[in-house]
Amino acid sequence: MTNSSVAVIDYGMGNIRSVLNALEEVGAGGVLVDNPEYLGSFEKAILPGVGAFQEAMENLNESGMTEALNAHVSRGNQLLGVCLGMQLICLDSEENGFHEGLGYLNAHVVSFPQVAGLKVPHMGWNAIEFRQGHAVFSDIETGSDVYFVHSYNVQCADESNVLATSNYGVPFVSIAASGNVLGMQFHPEKSQGVGLHLLRNFVALK
Amino acid sequence: MFPLLKKRLIAVLILRQGQVVQSIRFKHTNVIHYDAVHAIEAFNKWAIDEIVILNVTRDESSRDQFAEVVSNVSRHCFVPLTAGGWIGDEDYAKRLLRSGADKLVLNTAVADNPDLVRTLSKRYGRQCIVASIDAKRTEGGDVRVAVDRGRKMTDSDPVMWAQKSRDLGAGEIFFNSIDHDGARKGYDLKTLTEICGAVDLPVIAFGGVFTWDHLAEGICAGSDAAAAANIFHYTEQSTKKAKSFLAKAGIPVRKEGRHGA
Repeated sequence: MTNSSVAVIDYGMGNIRSVLNALEEVGAGGVLVDNPEYLGSFEKAILPGVGAFQEAMENLNESGMTEALNAHVSRGNQLLGVCLGMQLICLDSEENGFHEGLGYLNAHVVSFPQVAGLKVPHMGWNAIEFRQGHAVFSDIETGSDVYFVHSYNVQCADESNVLATSNYGVPFVSIAASGNVLGMQFHPEKSQGVGLHLLRNFVALK
Repeated sequence: MFPLLKKRLIAVLILRQGQVVQSIRFKHTNVIHYDAVHAIEAFNKWAIDEIVILNVTRDESSRDQFAEVVSNVSRHCFVPLTAGGWIGDEDYAKRLLRSGADKLVLNTAVADNPDLVRTLSKRYGRQCIVASIDAKRTEGGDVRVAVDRGRKMTDSDPVMWAQKSRDLGAGEIFFNSIDHDGARKGYDLKTLTEICGAVDLPVIAFGGVFTWDHLAEGICAGSDAAAAANIFHYTEQSTKKAKSFLAKAGIPVRKEGRHGA
């Protein structure tokens, strides 16, 4: 018996309340899942995240959530990584050392260049430029502004995974997809109309 | 320098006893909205970039009620939400974040409890900590920082305060001039310019906006965001009109993208 709601992974790090509020606003049921055993009954999941990569991976590994996510993805179910969540689905990150990620997306998480005047974290409204079509972009204009807060960014090894890029000192990947796994570096739940619409489209993906 | 990052327009809700009030030189008179949620719903329609909600009640016992308001407001707020007022311990900071705040404003703590600022910054990240500077001109004409809802003057000048805040781990500065608050003559541009030049943190300008031009002046003085309270509550479609003015002035601002309803 599958649950048509969206599982929101609660692993102790992240603004889960904001994600739940946004899902409610777009008419989707969001359910907090902190027990890996319960993830199996959901076809869609969101992996949010605010904080440090290493601590996040440790939490996911130690709680058994990593295994549950692996199973979720290999069953062909949809997963959306948001902010730190997008970084976690990558191969690895160079934040505070070198740490392995979940590996669903052929990409690496790297630091922004140290350039005079480039304040890090990248915080504020910046534009997303679409690089290819995708159902998640339905009824949304390329060049729309969304809200970013992050100190590291994603670089894809495979261009076919790049859905949208943004620019902050360097171009970086703001939306990526690999099969049924998507990542958004910004906070759709904090990006008002455009963000809510992206979430609505994710929920509607077949 | 990086034109793709937009300048932010921020609406500030000043709350006393859970109600949105008007503020003039930190005297909080007229109740504007009985319900902060009503204000948020209007701003949502009118292209605001961020909301700051401040508890200025003179009594610490207002904290519970304020956390409730933050919780109600956050259900309708799909832009970053910053909350402040009476954050004097870790538990209350955590409570406000769990109630839906994305960022916290610390003011009195910078003077009275610097360890709290450091701790919160380490735990939640710099980007979560906004240090508020309430500046007031003394009789001698110097600008000094006040704490405790403007009731206690310190010896610090705003630049020193901004630097101290940055060193303690603040990721952003919220600059307010008590003298300009509600005075309708725009921001304290001189002090604002000095602060923007002194620290490498984003600065939010606040206090004194009466025309859209005042917002533009704040951006041109170096701030990353222009905030206002009173003016947004009293004009229909106010934030949309403000955005339009800023865009025409050549300032990069977020437009409401065209997308399906």
